[in-house]
Amino acid sequence: MSDAKASGRADKRRRALSGLMTILTALCALSAVAVLLIILGYIVWRGVGALNWRFLIETPKPVGEGGGIGNAIVGSLLLIALASVMGIPLGIATGIYLAEYGDNRFGKFVRFIADTLTGVPSIVVGVFAYSAIVLPMERFSAFAGGVALAIIMIPIVARTTEEMIRLVPTNLREAALALGAPQWRATLDIVLPAAASGIATGAMLAIARISGETAPLLFTAFGSRFFSLYLDQPIASLTVQIYNYAISPYDEWHAQAWAATLVLMALILAINVTVRFFTRRRY
Amino acid sequence: MKETSTGTRTTVVAHGVFRWPRMLSPTGDAGDAIFRSLLFCCALLIVLLLAAMIAAMAYRARPSFAQFGFDFLWGRSWNPVEGEFGALPFIYGTVVSSLIALILSVPLSLGIAIFLVEQAPKGIARPIAFLVDLLAAIPSVVYGLWGIFVLAPFVREELGPPLQGLFGWTPFFRGTITGIGMLTGGIILAIMITPIISAVVRDVLAAVPMAQREAALALGATKWETTRVVLANGAPGILGAVILGLGRAIGETMAVTMVIGNRPQISLSLFDPAYTIASVIANEFTEATGDLYLSALIELGLILFLVTFIINALARLLVWSVARRTQPARV
Amino acid sequence: MSTALPKIKVATERAGNLNLFTPVVTAPKIRVEGLNFFYGRTQALHDISLDIPERVVMAFIGPSGCGKSTFLRTLNRMNDIIPNTRVEGRVLIDGRDIYAPGTDVVELRRKVGMVFQKSNPFPKSIFENVAYGLRINRLVRDRAELEARVEQALRDAALWEEVKDRLKSSALGLSGGQQQRLCIARALAVRPEVLLMDEPASALDPIATQKIEELIVELKKQYTIVIVTHNMQQAARVSDFTAFFWMGRLIEVNTTEKMFTNPDQKLTEDYITGRFG
Repeated sequence: MSDAKASGRADKRRRALSGLMTILTALCALSAVAVLLIILGYIVWRGVGALNWRFLIETPKPVGEGGGIGNAIVGSLLLIALASVMGIPLGIATGIYLAEYGDNRFGKFVRFIADTLTGVPSIVVGVFAYSAIVLPMERFSAFAGGVALAIIMIPIVARTTEEMIRLVPTNLREAALALGAPQWRATLDIVLPAAASGIATGAMLAIARISGETAPLLFTAFGSRFFSLYLDQPIASLTVQIYNYAISPYDEWHAQAWAATLVLMALILAINVTVRFFTRRRY
Repeated sequence: MKETSTGTRTTVVAHGVFRWPRMLSPTGDAGDAIFRSLLFCCALLIVLLLAAMIAAMAYRARPSFAQFGFDFLWGRSWNPVEGEFGALPFIYGTVVSSLIALILSVPLSLGIAIFLVEQAPKGIARPIAFLVDLLAAIPSVVYGLWGIFVLAPFVREELGPPLQGLFGWTPFFRGTITGIGMLTGGIILAIMITPIISAVVRDVLAAVPMAQREAALALGATKWETTRVVLANGAPGILGAVILGLGRAIGETMAVTMVIGNRPQISLSLFDPAYTIASVIANEFTEATGDLYLSALIELGLILFLVTFIINALARLLVWSVARRTQPARV
Repeated sequence: MSTALPKIKVATERAGNLNLFTPVVTAPKIRVEGLNFFYGRTQALHDISLDIPERVVMAFIGPSGCGKSTFLRTLNRMNDIIPNTRVEGRVLIDGRDIYAPGTDVVELRRKVGMVFQKSNPFPKSIFENVAYGLRINRLVRDRAELEARVEQALRDAALWEEVKDRLKSSALGLSGGQQQRLCIARALAVRPEVLLMDEPASALDPIATQKIEELIVELKKQYTIVIVTHNMQQAARVSDFTAFFWMGRLIEVNTTEKMFTNPDQKLTEDYITGRFG
C-alpha cells in the first residue's frame, strides 16, 4: 500500500520533471528563433531608411555627399562568379570521385581533408591567398579574392555532390551498365542528372556562404572606390564595404552600412529560401 | 587464352577469327580510365591545396620563427614599433572568448536539438529547424554590425551593471563597462555557433536507433527519461558537435573583431577589451610594415590553421563514430 | 563439369559483311563450366556447370540467398562493379569465354541485356529511356531510324499502344507494371541475343505480372531468356527449363515439366513440395 503511494508520488515528480524539460527545451528553440527575428527585423528597420535607387547604382562618395554601393554590388557579383567558375566544377568533380571511386584509403583521406577544410577559418584562407598570390603578383586583385572564395567553396560542393550521388539508387546505374554503357557514360548520362537538383542545391548554398564572406577578401580583393571589372586590380565587395562603413565614425556611413546589409541579406536569404522551397524536380 | 576444349572448331572460332566489332564501343575501357584519372586529379587537388596552404604559410612565417622560435607563443608583448611580437594576448583572447561562447551556447544548442528531435511534433520542428539554420546563414560581418550597434549598447546599459552589482567582487566583472570587450565578443560568438552545434547534435540524436527510445518507453520511462537514454547513446557525437563549435568560435573573425575592442592585453575582467588571433590578422595585415611584422601575422595564421585543423579532425572522428552506425535522418 | 563437347555448327551467314561473322549456334547459347564466385572470402557459388540452349526460357529457382541472382549477374559480368568479388571458371556465350582477358564488357552487356527486380527507369522521358542504349552504342544512323527502333522496342514490350501519345513525358509517371515493361523495351531496343531477368515481376500486382509473363513467352521466339524467380508457379508457367539452386550450388537442371512432376533429386522434390525453404 505505502509502496504504491510512494511510487505514485515519484511518478508525479517524474512526470513534472519531464514536462518541465519539454518547456525548457522549447524555450531554447524559441529564444534562438527570437534572436534571428530581432536581428533580421533590426536590419530591415535600419536599412530601409537609407535605401533608394541611387544608392544601389552610385559609387561611394566622401561623407556628406551621399554615394552608394553600385561598384560593391558589381564587385561582389564578379567575385562570386569567379569563385563559382573555379570552385563548382572542381567541387563537383571531386564529389563524383568520392562517390564513384572513393571507397578506398585515398578516398577516405580526401573525404576527411574536405570535411576538415570546411572548418578552417576563412581568414586563414585569406592569409594563404595573400601568401600564394598577392605577394608574388605584388598587388591586391580580384583574382586573389576569387581564388580565396573558391577554396572555401570546393569542399562544401564536393561533400554535397558526393552525398547526392550516393542517394541515386544503384539499380539506375546498373541499368545503364547493363545496356552497354561504359561507367563514365553511366555516371554522366544517368547518375549525374538524377542527382542534379541536389547538387544544384549544394552549389547554391555554397554561393550563399561565400556571398557573406569578408575576412578572406580583406587582403586579397582588398576594396576599391570605383567600378572595376579587371581581375588583376583590387575590387570592391559588399561585405568589405559594410565592414569599412561599420567601423567608421560617421553616422551617415553607418546608415549606408545597414542599407548595404539589407541588400546582402536579401540576396542570401533569397538563395536559402529558394533552395528550401524550390527543390522540385522536372522528372 | 585457355584451350580446354582441345583444338575443336569452337575454340578456334571463338578466340581466333571471330571478334566482336570494337567500333561499336568507341571508348571501352579507355574512356573510363581517362574519366577516372581526371576525377582523381581533382580529388588530389584538395590534398595538394592543404599541403600548399601549410607550405606557403610556413615559408612566409620563417623570419618570425627564426627570430622568436617557440617564445613567440608565450611572449606577452605585441609592439610592432619596437619589433616585439608575442602571441600570448591573442591566444588568451581567443581561448577565453571561445570558452564564454561554449558556456553560453552548449546548453542552448542541446535544448534546441532535444526539442526539435525528441519533443516537438514534426510539423513544428521543421520550420523551427529551418529558422535556426538561418542563423548560420547570416554573415559574420552582419553579426559584427549588429554587435556594434545593438549588442554592445545592451551590454553597456542593461546587462553589464547588474552583473557587476552581483559579481563585482570577483576579478571577472571589474572596471568600466564600455560594452566593447571580451564578454560582448563571447556573446556574439555564442549566437553564431549555436546553429552549428545544434544542427550536428540534431543529426547525432536522429542517428540513435528508434529501438533505444522504444525500449525505454516500454519500461515506463517518461519522455525526459527516454531523452536521457538517447543522449547517453549519442554522447561521443555530442562531444564532437561541441568541439566543432569550438573550432568555429576560435576561427571566427569579423564579428569578434568588430566588438572585442582589439587591445593586446591580458585582463581577467570580461568587460575589458581583448584581442583574438583572427582579429589581429584581420586588423593589422594590410598595415603590416616590414617583413618581421608580416611574417609574425602569417605565423599567427598558421597557428590558427593548425589548431582549428586538429580540433576539426577530432570533432569529425567523434561525430562519425556515432553517425556512421546509421544514416542520419534529417529533421 | 560436363565433359561432353558441345556439338556446335558454325555457319557464316551474312557473309556479305566482310570482317563480321555471326555464328549461328544451335546449342548451347550459354555454357558455364566450373564456375565459382566469391564475395571477399565468402564463396557464394560452388562449381556451377550448366548449358542454356538458344531461344528457350530457363528459370532459376531456389530459396532466397541461394545464389541464383548472383549467378545470373555473372552472365553479363554485372558483378564486376561490386568491389572485392572474384570469379573462377568459364562462361561461354556463343562459344566465347566472356571472362577471357581482352573481352569487351561493354559489348558483352549490349549482347546480353538485363531487366532488374525493381523497375528502374531513368529520370528521363519515355522515349529517351528506350533510346538511351541505341544512342550510347551508336546503333542508329539518324533520327528516323532511332524513332523506328524505339517504336519497335515498345511494340515488342507490348507498351506502344499505352504510351505512344506521351513519349515525351516522364517515365516516372508510368505505373509500376508499365515501368517494368519500359525497362524491358529499353533492354530490347539494342537487340540483345540474351535477356536476363532478375525477378522481373516480384514487385508487381497480379495483372501486371500476367502481362509480363505473356510477354516473356512471346519474346522467347527471338531471344534466349534467363529468368530468376522465387515464384515456382511462375517458373512452371513461363519456362522450358528450370534450374534449382541451393546454398550456392546447382542441384538440378531439367525440363520444367519433369522438374515439377518428377524431379531427379530428393532435395528438389522437397523444395518444390514445400517441405523446406
